[in-house]
Amino acid sequence: MNFTLKIWRQSNRNAKGRFVSYAVSDIDPDASFLEMLDILNEQLVLKGEDPVYFDHDCREGICGACSLFINGRPHGRGEGTTTCQLYMRKFKDGETITVEPFRAKAFPVIKDLTVDRSAFDQIIQAGGYVSCHTGGVPDGNAILVSKRDADLAMDAASCIGCGACVAACKNASAMLFVAAKVSQLALLPQGKLEAEKRAHAMVAKMDELGFGNCTNTYACQAVCPKHISVSNIARLNRLHIKAGFKGTGKES
Amino acid sequence: MDEIKQSKVPSGNIAEKWTSYKDTQRLINPANKRKLDIIVVGTGLAGASAAATLGEQGYNVKVFCIQDSPRRAHSIAAQGGINAAKNYQNDGDSIRRLFEDTVKGGDYRAREANVYRLAEISNNIIDQCVAQGVPFARDYAGMLANRSFGGAQVSRTFYAKGQTGQQLLLGAYGALSKEIHNGTVKLFTRREMLNLVLVDGRARGIIVRNLETGDIERYSAHAVVLATGGYGNVFFLSTNAMASNGSAAWRCYKKGAFFANPCFTQIHPTCIPVHGDYQSKLTLMSESLRNDGRIWVPKNMSDVEKIRKGELRPADIPEADRDYYLERRYPSFGNLVPRDVASRAAKERCDAGFGVNASGLAVYLDFSEAIERLGENVVKARYGNLFDMYQEIANENPYETPMMIYPAVHYTMGGLWVDYELQTTIPGLFALGEANFSDHGANRLGASALMQGLADGYFILPYTLQNYLSDLIREPAVSIEETCFAEAEKQVRDEIARLHAVGGNETVDSFHRRLGKIMWEKVGMSREKEGLQQAISQIASLRDEFWHQVKVPALTIGCNAELEKALRVADFLELGELIARDALQREESCGGHFRVEHQTADGEALRDDEHFRFVSAYEYKGAIAPEMYKEALDFEFVELKQRNYK
Repeated sequence: MNFTLKIWRQSNRNAKGRFVSYAVSDIDPDASFLEMLDILNEQLVLKGEDPVYFDHDCREGICGACSLFINGRPHGRGEGTTTCQLYMRKFKDGETITVEPFRAKAFPVIKDLTVDRSAFDQIIQAGGYVSCHTGGVPDGNAILVSKRDADLAMDAASCIGCGACVAACKNASAMLFVAAKVSQLALLPQGKLEAEKRAHAMVAKMDELGFGNCTNTYACQAVCPKHISVSNIARLNRLHIKAGFKGTGKES
Repeated sequence: MDEIKQSKVPSGNIAEKWTSYKDTQRLINPANKRKLDIIVVGTGLAGASAAATLGEQGYNVKVFCIQDSPRRAHSIAAQGGINAAKNYQNDGDSIRRLFEDTVKGGDYRAREANVYRLAEISNNIIDQCVAQGVPFARDYAGMLANRSFGGAQVSRTFYAKGQTGQQLLLGAYGALSKEIHNGTVKLFTRREMLNLVLVDGRARGIIVRNLETGDIERYSAHAVVLATGGYGNVFFLSTNAMASNGSAAWRCYKKGAFFANPCFTQIHPTCIPVHGDYQSKLTLMSESLRNDGRIWVPKNMSDVEKIRKGELRPADIPEADRDYYLERRYPSFGNLVPRDVASRAAKERCDAGFGVNASGLAVYLDFSEAIERLGENVVKARYGNLFDMYQEIANENPYETPMMIYPAVHYTMGGLWVDYELQTTIPGLFALGEANFSDHGANRLGASALMQGLADGYFILPYTLQNYLSDLIREPAVSIEETCFAEAEKQVRDEIARLHAVGGNETVDSFHRRLGKIMWEKVGMSREKEGLQQAISQIASLRDEFWHQVKVPALTIGCNAELEKALRVADFLELGELIARDALQREESCGGHFRVEHQTADGEALRDDEHFRFVSAYEYKGAIAPEMYKEALDFEFVELKQRNYK
């Protein structure tokens, strides 16, 4: 298959970026999108040009590193898949494909298609955990967890922290990301004690870092490679309101 | 050849060794812990759990990862589960049994005392992860669920769908984030360790390359903990992530840390087969699938030919004409034999011509019987995400037609030699998780890597490191302006300059692919003397070619992916040779190491306990061949047997 690629090139955080067109040919339909970029990059290297820089690692849809905005959609056309699980057979032969980085105020471009998502780490650091220390914990079966809650917690915990939700949102909100972690831990007895405080702290950090607010367009859910549901946002909102009323968010 | 005698295993009964170690190790008071700096390299299960726990204990921790976030370390991709000897299923499990299964699964090439400690700690790990909010699978009574894995006859594997590694890593990442918030741990992302700094023979710092700015940076500490994973990517195609590499460990080896059992590499039996030259990695299908999936190839060559031509579908082949070769050869373990056994059996069938895809390198993993027995919904609940992943990649629906699978490189049991305290031969340098060699012998059982990573990080290193550091409480921090830092940095800068200076016309990936081909064909699933000798000389000449022909764009500042890869491949070109050398000297078959010359009449691995019951540990000697030392493996508490899964 042959394609024309319009790729965002930007040499560093402060440089001005632009689209550059590249042609790739004889691509196997079963090659992944990233393997197609590998082929392009090998050609660029041999021509003495700077290859395209993009984040990627596990290439099996779980590490959350890959983060391309393809033809106007995070992770391209696949439903419930990451960029690395997108195969060229999903495109039309001869198609022009536009490739951009995930764009959000809180995700500055580092180079080309790579953005800085350390804001997500900072949100987790604000409280996205159970504050237990290593050792001295009860037996794993000492506190029972209903299968339903365990399953719902697992669904929320599937988040891979890729940031597609932010890239798809017109407000660049991180609500789905925050809600997934808050829900996972609030659904489990181990995380319930700190649930309201956690919701308050993580939302405050999200606001501070320049993510926008949620206006319920559900674009985040539509592009999430792990099908995280917006019902988690409702759960987050309930906890956040409670924290506000009870003042639990302010506990240190 | 000398012997290593200082493995520091405590004396006494095996069940009391760890307790007695903990009772007698030296302690450090909290005020002194605050004065001690520790570097942890890597944020997978071992690194993140170690950094978090050391932070909780009050040390100043600096933690480094190669990715943009610690949550992306490759532990995230582990699918199936984590073992523990809880015996929640009341099926006869115990610490003793987990210990014995692991020693036997490793084909009696692991250090007994380490393995017992691992089994002992396994139960604490489950408790810890539950307390962190890891959403393990549960039954309707609300209790933790288990499943079976290869090499065991009990159900001791805890899991979170097919994403157990992800959930355990996110638990450790949460603990790490908590300590970053508390200010005890400082996080450095997009950093790759390129050198170790020694002061008076002790590990006191590291040199890293900042992958965003291209800067070479220096960091100092009282001890360095390496949790940088394995070296499976020496084979180019593997189930490892793209950035997984052996460089940090390799560079420590070149500074004097012994490298142990390099030839013990694991080929995982159930991966999606290779489909093209452009392919960048192989995808694993969890071993848990072998709980319900049945592996087979057609009995008749005529059926194989029709399948390859597309004239016959697997479902059209009647039961009587299918060869469920694992069930046939190993009736008592069936499809749940250990990985090395299952991989070799697949290779044997495909070498005999029965492979079911166009390249002849695939066998079926069939769920039709399970779907009939349990219903599609139950199968979906157990393996749904794995089935989806398969469908995305292979473009076939595994609910309707069997999966096609083939073995692929997955894990490396070998690694830096460590003693009972997880300390390498360099004082102050510790190695955890896949980066060390200690617990899995010649073959790792499924669901044991997660167990080992977390055991090392949460529960072992925090004790043993304290024992080491108690001598250093009066030792001030070393300044990064010292000569030893400048020298170590210069080594790195010189190497980068050398790479840029080559100015050849072949890409790094092209060299990596060529190395991988040599490794897979001659140092892969089956090895023989002549092939290994050829591999050693071919790797040497490929290395020479690399340093004359490689093209690395010379961007002096900022991100440079080609330079990142070139530095790793340069190390793989040396490490590959050591793997082949080790495989050549080990004139026996054991676990993942199969020497064609050493097999039983029915094709099973033939171990030689009389001559090879040892760990091989290599010392770097510069331009001349490395020196091999032996650590004898004494089995006081298990009886050595020929492994039998029949």
